[in-house]
Amino acid sequence: MDILYNIFIDPFVQMGSAPDLFVQTLWEGLVSGVLYALIALGFVLIFKASGVFNFAQGIMVVFAALTLVGLYEAGVPAILALVLTIGVMFVLAVGVERIVLRPLVNQPDIILFMATFGLTYFLIGFGELVFGGNPKVMITDELYLPRGSVEFEMLGGFVSLQKIDITAAVIASIMVASLAVFFQKTRIGRALRAVADSHKAALSVGISLNQIWIIVWFTAGIVALATGIMWGARSEVSFALQIIALKALPVLILGGFTSVPGAIVGGLIIGVGEKLGEFYWGPLVGSGIESWLAYVIALGFLLFRPQGLFGEKIIERI
Amino acid sequence: MRAPDMDAGVTAGDVLLAVENVSLRFGGVKAITDVSFDIRKGEIRAIIGPNGAGKTSMLNVINGFYHPQDGRITFKGRTRSKMRPYVAASQGIARTFQNVALFKGMTTLDNIMAGRTLKMRRGFFWQMLRHGPAMAEEIEHRKVVEEIIDFLEIEAIRKVPVGRLPYGLQKRVELGRALAMEPELLLLDEPMAGMNLEEKEDMCRFILDVNSQFGTTIALIEHDMGVVMDLSDRVVVLEYGRKIADGVPDEVKSNQAVIDAYLGVPH
Repeated sequence: MDILYNIFIDPFVQMGSAPDLFVQTLWEGLVSGVLYALIALGFVLIFKASGVFNFAQGIMVVFAALTLVGLYEAGVPAILALVLTIGVMFVLAVGVERIVLRPLVNQPDIILFMATFGLTYFLIGFGELVFGGNPKVMITDELYLPRGSVEFEMLGGFVSLQKIDITAAVIASIMVASLAVFFQKTRIGRALRAVADSHKAALSVGISLNQIWIIVWFTAGIVALATGIMWGARSEVSFALQIIALKALPVLILGGFTSVPGAIVGGLIIGVGEKLGEFYWGPLVGSGIESWLAYVIALGFLLFRPQGLFGEKIIERI
Repeated sequence: MRAPDMDAGVTAGDVLLAVENVSLRFGGVKAITDVSFDIRKGEIRAIIGPNGAGKTSMLNVINGFYHPQDGRITFKGRTRSKMRPYVAASQGIARTFQNVALFKGMTTLDNIMAGRTLKMRRGFFWQMLRHGPAMAEEIEHRKVVEEIIDFLEIEAIRKVPVGRLPYGLQKRVELGRALAMEPELLLLDEPMAGMNLEEKEDMCRFILDVNSQFGTTIALIEHDMGVVMDLSDRVVVLEYGRKIADGVPDEVKSNQAVIDAYLGVPH
């Protein structure tokens, strides 16, 4: 009975007895959730428009952040460096379209997926060659991003919020909202989804695959840059960041691979679930559940709702 | 829905599209060998032949999916050695596919709206804002699409993702998407394959209506000979990638080479 009490009753008693601590944990969960959501958003964009799981999204985050910091360190003013980095992401999008995607039109998705592996290792090598392998510090102040924290007195205690986290949440919300509308309601959004479903049908109605792919990889590049800045500001800019990108997988399974709002809701659920799980249930198994809880949640979802919360349910006729 | 603009150069009865001496090879496999025929403005032109005769390859050449090694394609008076899908679509060639190529995750409405892609010209920026001109444009095109939906009698499935629809309706949505392009030449690859009698009759009616109401020129591949002979003005017959007959249905029906191709000849 002790075990049952510890699992089902005690954590909630704790939450009730120290609500400020609960709010603090919840907030931290939401913040890491927003960052997961940003990464997942990059995946969703490319998946929606080409039906391909872009393995390179994680390294694109690192590459964008490295380019930004690298340019600054080379003496370029911060704002100019930001503009140039956006330019670099555009060149990357055009390059990917020309060299990787164009020769692979109408190939099975798995071929394109493997091609993104190739892209990943190319970007790792190229990034290290140009910017070196050492971790860098994000130029937070130079980009006029806020630093420090604000404290609220509430529920009989103090809750402190990092200003950078609030900024990240705002930026992520704006991006997600505009992309969701863009995908659902506009001609180009429709064309993006059309390309994902069938290359030949898209071609037959006069949609230009090349143009669509450049748009979508460029947008994913911008999202990667935003993610890189936000995440870099919280820790540091290094190649290790791309591992965190794998956390986007459970987020995607939860939210659905094809849904922009799904990416953000999935991200928040995973983020909050992780932090609350670690704080309240972690001690029961000697902590450390933060690193695997997300995958367990995702596994549960695969069993009961494989298309995710917001994914499109496609029934294959056989 | 408006009838497509009549080009000054091409009026009813004139040649709208001509393929001349087209040959297409995949490595050593000859899909099409030295085929020439034309499609006149306003007619329904059938392409028939046994399996593997190169009918679908021919459609793919016409709308630019395949690039022939030899030959020329003349569309609306412009001669090219090969088409490109984008050029074909923007010049007014629409098509449907043998095995239905729809955007399965999207609704009927969105699928047909996708057919309006080339007609919508507001830039990226306006689209992001979803305001002003882009919004007006969206509404204007939605109106055309609703007319097509009425015409094809698929009002009830407007918001259903097409992946869930039965096959016959999918074929109809695909036709709707092609019609949304307001094509001058509509290529139909086995529009009645896998349909029951009732669905076939519906589809026949739609094809005839499209042809007579909008003046759309139609080229279709079909295996149901009854349908072909009823619908089409002229028929071209392919066998093993070569043209073996070309003419009005009655001529073709009594052509010995065609009878041999379909029934086989004793060797």
